[in-house]
Amino acid sequence: MLKAKTIDPAALELLKKAATDGIETVWDRYEAQQPQCGFGTLGICCRHCLQGPCRIDPFGNGPKAGICGTTADVIVARNLLRQVAGGAAAHVDHAYEAVEALELAAEDKINYSIAGEDKLRQIATALGLETPSKDTKALALEVVRVAYADMSNHSRQPLQWLLANAPKERIAVWQSLGILPRNPDREIREAMHQTTMGMDADPVNLVLATAKQGLVDGYAGLKLATDMQDILFGIPSPVVTEANLGVLKSDSVNLIVHGHVPLLSEKIVYWAKKLSAEAEAVGAQSIHVAGICCSGNEVLMRQGIPLATNFLAQELAIVTGAVDVMVVDVQCIMPSLAQVASCYHTELITTMPIVKIPGATHIPFTLENADETAQTIVRKAIAAYKKRDPRKVRIPDQRTTIMAGFSVEAITAALAQLNPQQPLKPLVDNIANGNIFGVVATVGCNNVKVTQDSFHVEMVKELVRNNILVAATGCSAHALAKFGLMNSEGTERFAGDNLKSVLTALGHAAGLGAPLPPVLHMGSCVDNSRIGDLVTAIARYLGVDTAALPVAASAPEPQHEKALSIGTWAVTMGLTTHLGVVPPVLGSKSVTELLTQGLTEVIGGKFYVETDPILAAQGLIADIRAKRKALGLTI
Amino acid sequence: MKQLLVRSEYCLGCKSCELACAVAHSPGKTLFTAIFDAQTPQKRVFVETNGDLNFPLQCRQCSDTPCIQACMSGAMHKDPTTGLVQVNPEKCVGCWMCVMVCPFGAITESPLHTALKCDRCRELDYEPACAAACPTKALQWIEVDRFATAGRRSWLDHLKEANIHA
Repeated sequence: MLKAKTIDPAALELLKKAATDGIETVWDRYEAQQPQCGFGTLGICCRHCLQGPCRIDPFGNGPKAGICGTTADVIVARNLLRQVAGGAAAHVDHAYEAVEALELAAEDKINYSIAGEDKLRQIATALGLETPSKDTKALALEVVRVAYADMSNHSRQPLQWLLANAPKERIAVWQSLGILPRNPDREIREAMHQTTMGMDADPVNLVLATAKQGLVDGYAGLKLATDMQDILFGIPSPVVTEANLGVLKSDSVNLIVHGHVPLLSEKIVYWAKKLSAEAEAVGAQSIHVAGICCSGNEVLMRQGIPLATNFLAQELAIVTGAVDVMVVDVQCIMPSLAQVASCYHTELITTMPIVKIPGATHIPFTLENADETAQTIVRKAIAAYKKRDPRKVRIPDQRTTIMAGFSVEAITAALAQLNPQQPLKPLVDNIANGNIFGVVATVGCNNVKVTQDSFHVEMVKELVRNNILVAATGCSAHALAKFGLMNSEGTERFAGDNLKSVLTALGHAAGLGAPLPPVLHMGSCVDNSRIGDLVTAIARYLGVDTAALPVAASAPEPQHEKALSIGTWAVTMGLTTHLGVVPPVLGSKSVTELLTQGLTEVIGGKFYVETDPILAAQGLIADIRAKRKALGLTI
Repeated sequence: MKQLLVRSEYCLGCKSCELACAVAHSPGKTLFTAIFDAQTPQKRVFVETNGDLNFPLQCRQCSDTPCIQACMSGAMHKDPTTGLVQVNPEKCVGCWMCVMVCPFGAITESPLHTALKCDRCRELDYEPACAAACPTKALQWIEVDRFATAGRRSWLDHLKEANIHA
């Protein structure tokens, strides 16, 4: 059971209001779910055929096998493979929509421009396409054709997006293990097939198949989605704004975008500015857009839109009574939002054919009608604003300044101020001399089993204090933004002396007149690809395998299947990948051992589970120290 | 005084009580530590079924104590402070007389070949883990009178239904 629900002062304030208003929240439902099923917690429940459900007695007194004869090892491995395939499916589906958007944009069939021409040429070059002579739209269509060819690859050739972007040393490792993915859809289909009744009963084979799903996620999901979105909407560059629910405005129309895909939210941002006169006509100052989860991160990175809050506080955003419309696209959207919204004037709007919530208004979004949909939604927000009940409004006075927009290109541009010929050199030199002891990427969610944001914040404070540079995405980035780890003062307050000196030098060189923040906001969950790109670039610069670098990953408060698939990709990249919540695998000792130790020998990376934030930071630092030692760097 | 009482119609046979019982009798008392214990922890509650009815069964703490009557070594005894029937494994000689006389089959064999049964979660201050783990409240740790009151009320509801349809 939880000691505290959250450390976020805005959420704490709104939880009191929720109680007064009689609103049930995620924490109430978590309490009602206690105790949670031990078989499910250990991953030893199988529902894959109609002879079941079967479960294994973890203590050996009851059944040792399911009805078909499957053991705990197989059940655990199969369940994990399905979960990771589920996460990969979400990211590949996301990426696919972005590819479609680029195709239609390049064919002038929809009203989306190609704002990231530099990214387009960069990607085309990596894919080996002729670039200089071609016009933007023709080149975009060629890039689209490669992406589509991956999605419809009927050969045994590996995914082109992976071959073009992954480190050579890694590709060799993955090839030797036979886990190079071909067609992402085929691999996800195969995972479903491999785990159905009467199929694979070899836990090692199943874990390798899971690693393959990690590669599907990394290259056909994350990398492809970020690439497409950067081409469409532009490469992020540093922006300064604010985070936490105090960004909502009492005198403006507040429109929250929530979900993951920026195709609609970019249009919302555009039309919110365009239609501000209509808002003024009803007495509002402006139309104010703020973001939750990764739709929030996407429009933050490219448009400087403030962050409202992260996953666990999505209901509490509505409890402010100041949200006029919350528009959602896909993933991490609690169905309970409709119930919460019904207690206020807030209109919850679903937009995607695969996310409908009874009680919400459904306004279908298509690429062809994007502008009309966005305008309708913005006007709904203006109409809802008129119905806002000031007596029910309480906006917590909690906002923190944040700097975001750290794409690899933006980081490289800042470093180029120090060394135009070899921009990565200043970063690598500082890692080599120990000023930056190592890099940890913190990613992923909030999980109601963990006091909201506490693991992200406590662990990262300990890391930066020990001169570890942190890159963050997703809801981890939200948490660290709220707690002042993404601004220059954060460097002064939290960074170790060596890290502080590097960040100060870099900040001044980049013309900020202040240190870079100790945690670099690199974007949404799919933008973990940016971290992958950076790691790949550093490894290439040094001529070493990514597995050798003093770099680690962490999902401190993971809840989603996507966190598992991202984590699996990080492991395949050779990184030690920390999880702050125990995944449902402990029912099999051999699978647990494989994930946390056995894999290292063949793949370089491993999962590392530690549920205490300080111990986790120390564990990651120890891992980084060992990698530094192996590279002959100062420890 | 609270007793372990069962509304068998709510029992879905999930065996969460069995798991919680084993964990409650492990050194660390948590699932994530118990799973790594070398000596696997033992459950003392058993979800039995006859196809129509599920029932989580454990020592019923009978007042006529046939197990104590049958025990020749004095291992099976009544704890003077709590009045609960308990086993002292050090005295148990493994004759299994208690197993034979127990009308509920609630006594089993421990890995050390001694009699094993529900101790009402002595190490958890007598707050039984099985009842706490029951997701449907089929297994309850409750005063007999309160349980009976709830039973009478549900009978009245039943009667009301019957009258409506009469």
